[in-house]
Amino acid sequence: MAEGSTADRTINRGPGRVLIALYLLFAIAATSRAGFQLITKYQEAPLAYLLSAFAAVIYIVATVGLARANLIGRRVALTACLIELVGVLGVGAASLTVPQAFPDDTVWSRFGEGYGYLPLVLPMIGLVWLRRAGKG
Amino acid sequence: MNGALGTLTIVTSLLVAAWSGVTALRGRAPDRRLLAGLGVVELAVLALAIAALVAIAGGEGPGEPGTFWGYLVTLIFLPPLAAVLARMEPTRWGSVIVLVVCLVMPVLVVRLEQTWAVTHG
Repeated sequence: MAEGSTADRTINRGPGRVLIALYLLFAIAATSRAGFQLITKYQEAPLAYLLSAFAAVIYIVATVGLARANLIGRRVALTACLIELVGVLGVGAASLTVPQAFPDDTVWSRFGEGYGYLPLVLPMIGLVWLRRAGKG
Repeated sequence: MNGALGTLTIVTSLLVAAWSGVTALRGRAPDRRLLAGLGVVELAVLALAIAALVAIAGGEGPGEPGTFWGYLVTLIFLPPLAAVLARMEPTRWGSVIVLVVCLVMPVLVVRLEQTWAVTHG
């Protein structure tokens, strides 16, 4: 009974755990960055900092979803990855076209340049991984 | 910002990354010595953090405080995070986790130094 289905077991084991590590990394990075920015200088760039905070919440939700790995967890992770992809593409494009709206950077600015473009690649890997694991 | 400590963190992190890469290629789980390597990286990060606090107490300060503290907190959390996840995954993928984290660390140290240097450099 303790054994889940194959898909349940594979999604958060092996390579899946590497993905969880990356999401956890971004959850910590975005949370601490947004936290300090909101505390120290909220007025300077409220939109940028609130977006960073939103990104942080999405990363945390995705991490929990991937780690729980049951049906609900996978759906939560899938939704989070999609929001993340839309977010990084939208904010990335907006930060280039209307830079005056972003006096300070967010995690997703210029498609995640400040984080080696990992914010752009990560949701894609997540979606591919969830699809593959879901079939297994 | 102490440049030597930053370099030390980058070098130790890359050494542990290379080591975990070899371990992963050999299909091995991270062993006790590799986790000790992560401990050394953590010590280097803590030394860097203390140096930054001392510099701030001495009247210096990061150019972009919000971003700087964000990176610093992330750096402090990363080695323990890698160690915990590596222990949860006692396969070659545990070694990959250590590898990924130890490749991210140098990038964060470089960014940390950039966010410090804005007003000084």
